[in-house]
Amino acid sequence: MAPFQEGFLVDLDLSEEQRLLKDGVERLMREHYSFEDRRKYRTEKPGFSEAMWARYAELGLLGLPFAEVHGGLGAGAVETMIVMEAFGKALILEPYFATVVLAGGILRHGANEVQNLKLVPAIAEGRMKLAFAYAEPQSRYDLFDVETQAKSDGDGWVLNGTKGLVLHGDAADKIIVSARTAGSAREKDGIGLFLVDASAPGLMRRAYPTQDGLRAAEITLQNVRIAVPDVIGDPAGAFPIISRVADEAIAALCAEAIGCFAEMHAITVNYLKTRQQFGTTIGSFQVLQHRAVDMFVELEQSRSMATYATMMAGESDVTERERALSAAKAQIGQSSKALGRQAIQLHGGIGMTMEYSIGHYFKHVTMIDASFGDTDHHLQRLASLGGLFGDQTTQR
Amino acid sequence: MDLNFTADELAFRDEVRAFCRSAIPADIREKLIAGRHPSKEAKLRWTRILAQKGWAVPHWPVEYGGTGWTPIQHYIFNEEVSETPAPEPAGSGINLVGPVIFTFGNEAQKKRFLPRIVNCDDWWCEGFSEPGAGSDLASLKTRAVRDGDHYVVNGQKIWTSLAQYSNWIFCLVRTDPEAKKQRGISFLLIDLTSPGVTVRPIQLFDGYPEVCEVFFDDVRVPVENRVGEENRGWEYAKFVLGNGRVTIARVGLSKESIRRIKELASRTRVGGERLIDRADFRKKIAAVEVQLKALEMTQLRVVANQSKLEKGAQDPASSILKIKGSEIQQATAELLMDVIGPYALPYQSEEEFQRGEPAIGPDWAGPIAPAYFNGRKVPIYSGSDEIQKNIIAKVVLGL
Repeated sequence: MAPFQEGFLVDLDLSEEQRLLKDGVERLMREHYSFEDRRKYRTEKPGFSEAMWARYAELGLLGLPFAEVHGGLGAGAVETMIVMEAFGKALILEPYFATVVLAGGILRHGANEVQNLKLVPAIAEGRMKLAFAYAEPQSRYDLFDVETQAKSDGDGWVLNGTKGLVLHGDAADKIIVSARTAGSAREKDGIGLFLVDASAPGLMRRAYPTQDGLRAAEITLQNVRIAVPDVIGDPAGAFPIISRVADEAIAALCAEAIGCFAEMHAITVNYLKTRQQFGTTIGSFQVLQHRAVDMFVELEQSRSMATYATMMAGESDVTERERALSAAKAQIGQSSKALGRQAIQLHGGIGMTMEYSIGHYFKHVTMIDASFGDTDHHLQRLASLGGLFGDQTTQR
Repeated sequence: MDLNFTADELAFRDEVRAFCRSAIPADIREKLIAGRHPSKEAKLRWTRILAQKGWAVPHWPVEYGGTGWTPIQHYIFNEEVSETPAPEPAGSGINLVGPVIFTFGNEAQKKRFLPRIVNCDDWWCEGFSEPGAGSDLASLKTRAVRDGDHYVVNGQKIWTSLAQYSNWIFCLVRTDPEAKKQRGISFLLIDLTSPGVTVRPIQLFDGYPEVCEVFFDDVRVPVENRVGEENRGWEYAKFVLGNGRVTIARVGLSKESIRRIKELASRTRVGGERLIDRADFRKKIAAVEVQLKALEMTQLRVVANQSKLEKGAQDPASSILKIKGSEIQQATAELLMDVIGPYALPYQSEEEFQRGEPAIGPDWAGPIAPAYFNGRKVPIYSGSDEIQKNIIAKVVLGL
């Protein structure tokens, strides 16, 4: 497509290995993930392509962020950004984000050696898919709003409650569930993480498609028994793990959104160059040119913030990390609306159709905005953390 | 990928910061914090302090007084100066005409003009726009007709910033009226004390006479004052307009504005509580901060890219910096208006302030509304935001 598609300002000084990874995953998408391919994969049994999942495993993508001693490749946030951006461009359907970024993040930051040695090789080889059930019907974006109960019971735990919006909860072999072992409903203390087999007695899934063509499930837990080896981290102090993984997830979603934004922009500019009306291409009209430029500015501002999110996802100062990730997510959400609005409008009628790609990108970035906190939520969080510049309480 | 500063860069930042904070005269800093325009004297005093340190013209070649810094170091320096806050360097000489002279001028011109710019002996202004040549700059009509060793210049320039302070002007003049409009333009250096030059300040609607009209009536300019070749002035003009795109984002200035907004909002009470404690107001600030952080990162990416471009080449994406930078400057000015509320009303002139008249209302209130009004210039000057969008549409998007 257009020459700027790679991003006018993409100046990431990638290492040789990172460059290879980028080339590899982009080639895979080019060869196996056209918009037509995607349409076909959606009709396959789990709602995505098992064959592509096997290819991700072959390419090493499924083991990417895990420690080498556990069977992973030991890659960092930049590698995740590379992969997620490429996946965003292709609008992939497979549960990479759910398995590797979300559940994988919980394992990396919370699981013990035995758990990691057992699970990571299975994930990396494509034999096991995971999901992370952090949300509940009442919790909106508050990760600490956990009412699902985990009661200690002799040599294990018993879970009761409802988890909502479990991304790829239907395809998961195992589900990591956040549940309250102590404290009141919205307390940050007293939350534990439990690894639950999807086939465990008492676990019921109501699976459904999401607006953007992925899969999710509402999950009910009725007296589901958990053995002690399946508890991840401190059963009463797992919230810092959840919040850290959520911030990493935000960085990954920002990168995925950039892939979508870049594609939305490229598709739209290409349309402006080819669509003829009034005897000329509509891209010759200044009012439309300026709208395309507005999209470009949004894209590049968002790319800057996605890069910032990647830089800050591993920051050890939690307040600094949260400020940065909130700022990034707020920017991405804002751009989703701005870019989506323009992209559809500049296409006119064809942009409204299911058979054309642009609406699918718009739907996906809109769902990204509604995951792990929308613009409003993150502006609120950023404001309550004192903002990014200066100090609002002390005098100069 | 590494957009983090290296240890050396951090040490450099600390050095610049420490120097700026200790060297900036307190009266100048206070005036800037209050949002008042720095006087010519203040600009000169600060530029001379920088000159003593060897930092007056850091971006120039080392042989003419530059520092040889990397693009990142220049970026850090500019940010630290504006965050101090300290005045921007004495303007058009250092940033605009100096680079034209050392890039396209002859040896005699370099010897004659460059040291005087570094020492602030001359104060330069830019004579590009004309009443009939704004966004369509190349349609300019000021004529220069060759007469022996001189050009005879007739015409008018407008929007000339601070020409009333200046003793030199660099001008685009038409030397070949027959040629296609970009082709017949030359670049002349004109002594403003020459007979036939009239400078008339224009008061902007905030009250500040920031720009001027400059009239040329049979002004004789020696041919040796032409930079580069006759009729190739448009190239040099594009070079001028391209320089300074990176600093045009004014990120440091906007960061300072955000700090000011927070500080004043913590001193202002609304409905029985501090304005800064109101969640809706904090969220409004946060929304601007997000855009500003994104702009800062975009600017860093452009700076990091600079070293990969051909020398002197401009990154068209830097037009983003102008567009976004001006939006953010408007937004911070609007937030300050929210903070001041009803005491935006009283108007006190600069002269009253100079005489030491007591403030009407809070002592920080006076400059806020004028700065808000004055800020409307930002999306207009230096290639309007609409012109920047035309550039991106054409050069980047290929539309």
